[in-house]
Amino acid sequence: MTQAVRTLQIGRVGELVPRLDAPPKVKGEFAYASDLVVPGMLWGHTVRSPHPHARILSIDIAEAVSMPGVHAVLTHDDIPGQKTYGLEFADQPVLAIDRVLYHGEPVALVAAEHPEQARRAAERIHVSYEELEPVADMERALESRDLHPDKPTRGHGYLDDDRPNVVRHMVIRHGDPDVQGDVSVSGYYEVGIQDQAFLGPESGLAVPDGEGGVDIYVATQWLHVDRSQVAPCLNLPLEQVRIHLGGVGGAFGGREDLSMQVHGALLALHTNRPVKIVYNREESFTGHVHRHPARMWCEHHATRDGKLVNVRFKILLDGGAYASSSTAVTSNAASFSLGPYESPNALIDSTSVYTNNPPCGAMRGFGAVQTCFAGEAQMDKLAAELGIDPIELRLLNALKPGDVLPTGQAITGSMPVAECIRAAAALEPPAAEPLPRDVIRLPGGAGNTTNGDGVRRGVGFAVGFKNIAYSEGFDDYCAARVRLSPDGWAEVHCAAAEVGQGVTGVILQVARTELGLDDVRLAPGQTATVESAGSASASRMTWMAAGAVRDACRAALDEQAQRPGEEVDVERIYRHPRTTPLDPETGQITGERSHVAFATCAMKVVAEVDVDLGLTRVVWIGAAQDVGKAVNPQQVEGQIEGGTAQGLGLALMEEIQTRDGLITNASFTDYLIPTALDMPPVESVLIEDPEPDAPYGVKGVGEPPTVVSTAAVVAALRAATGRDLRRVPVRPDDICL
Amino acid sequence: MRITVRINGEEHQADCWEGESLLFALREKLGFPGSKNACEQGECGSCSVLLDGSLVCACLVLAAQADGHDVTTVEGLVENGELHPVQQAFVDAGAVQCGFCTPGLVVATADLLRRSPHPSDDEIREALSGNLCRCTGYAKIFDAVRAAARA
Repeated sequence: MTQAVRTLQIGRVGELVPRLDAPPKVKGEFAYASDLVVPGMLWGHTVRSPHPHARILSIDIAEAVSMPGVHAVLTHDDIPGQKTYGLEFADQPVLAIDRVLYHGEPVALVAAEHPEQARRAAERIHVSYEELEPVADMERALESRDLHPDKPTRGHGYLDDDRPNVVRHMVIRHGDPDVQGDVSVSGYYEVGIQDQAFLGPESGLAVPDGEGGVDIYVATQWLHVDRSQVAPCLNLPLEQVRIHLGGVGGAFGGREDLSMQVHGALLALHTNRPVKIVYNREESFTGHVHRHPARMWCEHHATRDGKLVNVRFKILLDGGAYASSSTAVTSNAASFSLGPYESPNALIDSTSVYTNNPPCGAMRGFGAVQTCFAGEAQMDKLAAELGIDPIELRLLNALKPGDVLPTGQAITGSMPVAECIRAAAALEPPAAEPLPRDVIRLPGGAGNTTNGDGVRRGVGFAVGFKNIAYSEGFDDYCAARVRLSPDGWAEVHCAAAEVGQGVTGVILQVARTELGLDDVRLAPGQTATVESAGSASASRMTWMAAGAVRDACRAALDEQAQRPGEEVDVERIYRHPRTTPLDPETGQITGERSHVAFATCAMKVVAEVDVDLGLTRVVWIGAAQDVGKAVNPQQVEGQIEGGTAQGLGLALMEEIQTRDGLITNASFTDYLIPTALDMPPVESVLIEDPEPDAPYGVKGVGEPPTVVSTAAVVAALRAATGRDLRRVPVRPDDICL
Repeated sequence: MRITVRINGEEHQADCWEGESLLFALREKLGFPGSKNACEQGECGSCSVLLDGSLVCACLVLAAQADGHDVTTVEGLVENGELHPVQQAFVDAGAVQCGFCTPGLVVATADLLRRSPHPSDDEIREALSGNLCRCTGYAKIFDAVRAAARA
């Protein structure tokens, strides 16, 4: 054992630390799930439904089986265990049984020596469909034939609603919902379907272990919940299914639900060969859940001097063909619909429905994005109606500790809404650049479409907030295990998914801080060596992993003090303060809280619009975000910049187009995401107001910028054009004057 | 068919099916998985490589077309075990999150700085507009390019 005093070479919590995974990533050496190769590996391919709604009359695999290089063709008949799965409700078939409910639903699987052989064999699987009328409209779904007459989400403590196709209906009644204000404004708003569009397509490698079990190396957000869904479908005990984190090329919620996990494992166990499945971009667009499209009806009442007195908010979300996480999104959309403002009265009615549209589930912001867009438009309308400065109006109503949310939950933790608003408002955008100027800095950019004549400038402002971690009574925990050697090194095991957000850095910073050691290694994430970390979702992973790693490190030090000179190995489970469900009838809390904590982001946006051509250019964005404690400031800024870009995309260009349930733009040619020419500079201010219940005072930082930026960008377009702009993404026709 | 390609200065051979892209051959046949497969239709730039010194999307080039030619991939930018200045700048600036776009952006940036050692901000944005990044919002990537230009 060395006695030398060791100086820390790599940072503790709060320091700017380069990412350990950055050097292998810049060299092209980092192994993403799609890069994995093992000898004898086959390629899997998924046959998907070309119809949004159809009955399956027959599946003929005979020709496909005899194609060159083909080792297996599987249908639902070949599933040894449970034939359905789901993140929260097992309502989704692993492979379609007698019907398909969405365009792209998996129907059959092929494994072959070469991916092209697998694709060609897939074309020779003859599926006979009887097409059915798709339920393609979320409002009409409530009067259409029930797609899930067995009501999979019934009996889970939600409000009973007998209308067809209801996934979840919830009502929050707060105070007296009939109160009228001196002034009121109303509006109707729509949000289109957004895609996570992570760059690394769904991919994974399933390797049979020769003893009936399987190892799955996959790009996912939550290893243990994958295992608990995969094992019953394979009819295997949990221990025989080992999930390992393959390198993840972005996630943003789109990897919460299963993609290739069961499919790859079925093919691997059937052929007794390793099987790799990599989606192409088109398949990725159909192969994962999306952000819920929404329709929202709002009515805001205020006193003459600008205090909110009542908000009525009706929300309809299209959940698509299966439940995924729609029930939680329904609740989140409702919970944050008022924005970070206090109103003594509110009536919030939020419903998600099944349709034959693409399934929707988790995406960064999780329901709060949609209602922030509508709610912030309402606040601007209210300010205009009252003749009050929109920022003043927001300050006047800003939530603060001690205030009560519409669910009856009192805010006990950090809630620096006013600080965020003031800090963002104080950011000074650059002065308008005179004309003429290089076209690259005009709306339309390199398209060289304008000389600047019709260009108008607008400044918008918005504030958004959302919850950190899981809510409504979910048993939300994270495990970490620490091996501490007397020789002065430690090994941390934590199954937290590194999806690009930098949680591995957080884990190492926490361990180094707690242990006072620089020689700390992080073991590969897998299910076999450590308990669940929960999901890299809901802006929870930094908080939860920091809590678990801190506790495990402290326990390891305690144990080492008891047994000096010995290696210790301890595992600890961290839980955040307990939440409880909402009352299904009133939407009121049944305990102290339904949400654990909140984070706010305020944003100012400058945009230019060419009102002759309907083209936009976002010039500058300033953001002030409530981050609790910045574990690594550089990474926090990166989250704000990247999260802002995704919201900007929803405001200006991103929408999955469907026609009667068929996706018509499943490619990066037709589904546009912001490029280097679309993103303005983002100036960010980090507001550090420690969260009392969280380790080191941290909060999650990933979602708040995405929640608010759509609303803030559209506010700037409204200011530039004077148009209402009630729908995102905003189309050129909407802003041509 | 058998192809011979000079990759990062060394000759490599592979048996390819005529329909295979250079990207597929690099990743699956030749042992260079650094170039990434994010769209495979030339929209995202994740597979950017230099073909005889010109920046191309490897997904849009047939493996057969590269027969007898020089290819530089992201793996080839490392010299004597040292990161290329562009790679180092990406690490230092925090320009890497999930990193799936990074190899393509590193190759595209190296190409830009070779053509234009001190690019303006507009030049940087235009040069990298064919490389999609979903994580970073590009701000730290621009920082990295400016830092690499100074290095």
